[in-house]
Amino acid sequence: MSGTEVVIEVRGLCVDYGFGDDAVHAVVDADLELRRGEVLGLAGESGSGKSTLAYAITRLLRPPGVIAAGSARFAVPVNAGPVNAGPVNLLTAGQRELRGLRWNEIAVVLQSSMNALNPVLSIGTQFSDVLRAHRPDMRHADRQARSGELLEMVGIPADRLGSYPHELSGGMRQRVMIATALALDPSVVIMDEPTTALDVVTQREILEELMALRDRLGFAVLFISHDLSLLIEIADSIAVMYAGRLVERAGASAIFRAPRHPYSLGLLSSFPALHGPHQTMEGIPGSPPDLRNIPSGCPFHPRCGYAFDRCRTDPPPLLDLEAGTRAAACWLQDGRKDVPAELARPAPAAAPAPAPVPAPAAGPDPVAGPDPVAGPDPVAGPVSAPASTAPTGGRA
Amino acid sequence: MRRLLRSPKVVIGLCLSGVFGLLAIIGPLLAPYNPNTSVSTTVSIAQPPSAAHLLGTTQVQQDVLSQLLVGGRSTILVALVAGAAPTVLAVLFGVTAGYFGSWGDDLLSMLANIFLVLPALPLLIVIFGFLGKGANPNDALIGVIIAITGWAFGARQMRVQTLSMRSRDFVDSARIIGEKSWRIMTFEILPNLIPVVATSFLFTVIYGVGTYTALSFLGVISTSHWSWGTMLYWAQSAQAAQQVHLEWWWFVPPGLAVGLFGTGLALLNFGIDEYVNPRLRGSREGGLSGRRARQAGLPRRPQLGLTPVVRAGG
Amino acid sequence: MRMMSRRISLYLLTAVVAITVNFFIPRLMPGNPALAVLGRVQAQESPQAIAALEVQYGVQTKTGLWGQYIHYWAQLLHGNLGTSLNSYPASVDSLIRAALPWTIGLVGIATVISFVLGTLLGVAAAWRRGSWLDGLLPAMTFFQAAPYFFVAILAVALFSTKLGWFPPNSGYDTTTLNPGFNWPFISNVIDHAMLPAVTIVVASIAGWIIGMRNMMITTMDEDYVLLAQAKGLPSHRVVSYAARNALLPSVAGFSLAIGFIVSGALLTEIVFSYPGVGYLLFTAIGSDDYPLLQGIFLIITLAVLLANLAADFVYAFLDPRTRQEA
Repeated sequence: MSGTEVVIEVRGLCVDYGFGDDAVHAVVDADLELRRGEVLGLAGESGSGKSTLAYAITRLLRPPGVIAAGSARFAVPVNAGPVNAGPVNLLTAGQRELRGLRWNEIAVVLQSSMNALNPVLSIGTQFSDVLRAHRPDMRHADRQARSGELLEMVGIPADRLGSYPHELSGGMRQRVMIATALALDPSVVIMDEPTTALDVVTQREILEELMALRDRLGFAVLFISHDLSLLIEIADSIAVMYAGRLVERAGASAIFRAPRHPYSLGLLSSFPALHGPHQTMEGIPGSPPDLRNIPSGCPFHPRCGYAFDRCRTDPPPLLDLEAGTRAAACWLQDGRKDVPAELARPAPAAAPAPAPVPAPAAGPDPVAGPDPVAGPDPVAGPVSAPASTAPTGGRA
Repeated sequence: MRRLLRSPKVVIGLCLSGVFGLLAIIGPLLAPYNPNTSVSTTVSIAQPPSAAHLLGTTQVQQDVLSQLLVGGRSTILVALVAGAAPTVLAVLFGVTAGYFGSWGDDLLSMLANIFLVLPALPLLIVIFGFLGKGANPNDALIGVIIAITGWAFGARQMRVQTLSMRSRDFVDSARIIGEKSWRIMTFEILPNLIPVVATSFLFTVIYGVGTYTALSFLGVISTSHWSWGTMLYWAQSAQAAQQVHLEWWWFVPPGLAVGLFGTGLALLNFGIDEYVNPRLRGSREGGLSGRRARQAGLPRRPQLGLTPVVRAGG
Repeated sequence: MRMMSRRISLYLLTAVVAITVNFFIPRLMPGNPALAVLGRVQAQESPQAIAALEVQYGVQTKTGLWGQYIHYWAQLLHGNLGTSLNSYPASVDSLIRAALPWTIGLVGIATVISFVLGTLLGVAAAWRRGSWLDGLLPAMTFFQAAPYFFVAILAVALFSTKLGWFPPNSGYDTTTLNPGFNWPFISNVIDHAMLPAVTIVVASIAGWIIGMRNMMITTMDEDYVLLAQAKGLPSHRVVSYAARNALLPSVAGFSLAIGFIVSGALLTEIVFSYPGVGYLLFTAIGSDDYPLLQGIFLIITLAVLLANLAADFVYAFLDPRTRQEA
């Protein structure tokens, strides 16, 4: 990928629920990189471990969650308040260090906004609490002003500062959550399915506002969602998880046009494109495994149409592909076997540093939309007529 | 069910309650003396425990142990009636009102609220006071009268639970199939209410013991009718606690008996509560406690917002 | 405010029911105790007094039941609760008025202390689960199950008779002091009130502790508490986020508890011969002083209803969701 600075680097993260022989392995050996200003989408079904991964990084996982191994380094920028600049391993940091970093640098937006706001305090008070905790020098009037500013930033009139959470609609509450997250100008915002509980129209509005804010303020986003189609639209790169493991990692359009892992392929054929010829919806046979009973070898092999002997015995590591620009955990990609055509489509050329998504646009059209690639891809041939790049459902 | 028995609270509670239950049945048979007879008319000071009188005597030389055993049956019997009757009523009214709703529900709620707010003890004092101290009502009747004040709490709980269950899918599907209402209430809703019924019953029994003892202590209920409360009445009249030589054997046993009986029931209640709401259980979740976890560097009490990390990680 | 008006109408209705029950009980009991009362009293009292009593109990009057009921209400609204039989010719309300301040002082202060202390301990027990505070619970359970007056008797036995720290009875030393706003009197009052107050606190605190602890544990599972930690708020603020919400059921439960606490406090007074309403009740029972008995029942009921109303106001203040109009 490009050379922007890595803001969070996760290596070998293992998260369990419980300890000892009965422990359930929720995340196994995860490697991730989140770059400054980038939107990284974390995709997967329920129970795939994506939320667990995100909460573990920030040490917010509830008991009986335990971090069994790994590191999560955060690059603290200069002038980040009480914490010194330089990399900090979030997993070994002490209470005080974490408190200094929390919200200042790393903020979280939860899924259910109704439960995430304290029902007995007004919104203004909740903003104020955050400001007071991290900016003790601010006077009351300044806090009020800043809180009003934050509300306006997400499109809510500042006079609603005195309202209580139950007096707001679902969409407004989620906006308040976002405003709260941005209160201290963090460098990373982790969002756990922030729009899943909303209707489609509000979902679209909020996502657009979010992306506009991202352009303006330049924070990085770790966006967790089960909706791969959504992630393809808004994310720069995507990591796909299955049964607690990362199975594919690539740029958004790369995953969309040219998946390398059978699971990603299956996910992509699970939703229809708005344009293009009619296709048969396929989906993936079977259901995700119980984490207490993960199949041997590659956890996906019982549901995989391309599985062969090795898949049943050896779990594949995340293999680097295409000069390290992407990775997939599949034995098909280790160079020894022939890769089926669906998993070897020409990838779009490596994109320059993530281009800002124009704010009021209706979002990139997944089929014919603004391709960051300007000209023909020297490696894979001209990326031309939309018909041929649309996911073809014609194959068996 | 087996999980229930693993909790120490439940085991202790069951033991205590069991002991007292046994006492209620065979107590009077074990009493060495008639609690009313004075062993001697010449001595006028209460005697401390001795070989002849295991728990000593009262001021008028009655055997304390016998009073305790005979009084035990009365106390426990009244408490059980005062606990069972309201629970039955509560289930009947609460579930019906919650299920059918509309004006029946409103009426019941209003009645229940009134009885909840009305202070029970003063009302019972007035009732029993006018009933007359001469009349010697039997235990069951006393229990029923106390039940008048105790049904509202359980009824409200049943109603709330029924309401929340009524909107659940399994009830809806039963109704669509065309099951009769009373069948739905008995076979679908009621089985799910068992834990609530159990706690409600236990709670009301505790209430019954306390109220009956209080009424006897006040002397409102005939003082010749033996119960633990009556013992305390006589002890207080003779100022047993204010005597210089402190006649503790007179007032400690009955009070302790009431306390232990109540504690046994309350522990059972807690046990059931924890069984129903697993979050209340002790922090021994998922093997995070234990020596191996300690050695791996995990704290004994996981703190919110500070997920523990196994030591010697990457 | 709709919730408040509904509560107020409930209390008014309850008051009416209480008054009506009070009216009917003497007339419903077997053996017509009213007649017995009058029989006892006939010899000592003036014809007017007897006539008044007859009217009060509906004996030998030409007015029907409904007429008597109306008359009863008229009497009440004039503040006339009848005349005491035992302390004739003292009126019931004068007796109650003399005793009430003692009870209100004792019960009021003890209840407030118990609630505040119990709630704080409950919060601490929940926040620091697995600490020594959890060991308190079984002992607390016992004290909650044991009757108030038993705890009182134990307190007297231990602290007064055995250790001699506090006086065993009365509100103040009637032999040496006169009531007044002077320090010797007030300190003596406090001295006499210590044991009864401690008894009430010890007997009632367990309920608050356990209730608050359980509510806190459930509340701490909520997302907004986790988020408060994620926001890097100081510990005490996170605790308060949880506690402010966990407090609501406690306050709601206060209405239920107040009836028990008042009853328990009355019994405690008896053990200490404390000159409050409880002791008055005891003497009324002992001497079959029915008018006094009924008068006390009414006053206690009204006091409990008022306390409930106060608790409802506090709840509405604490929970902004109730202020919404439907």
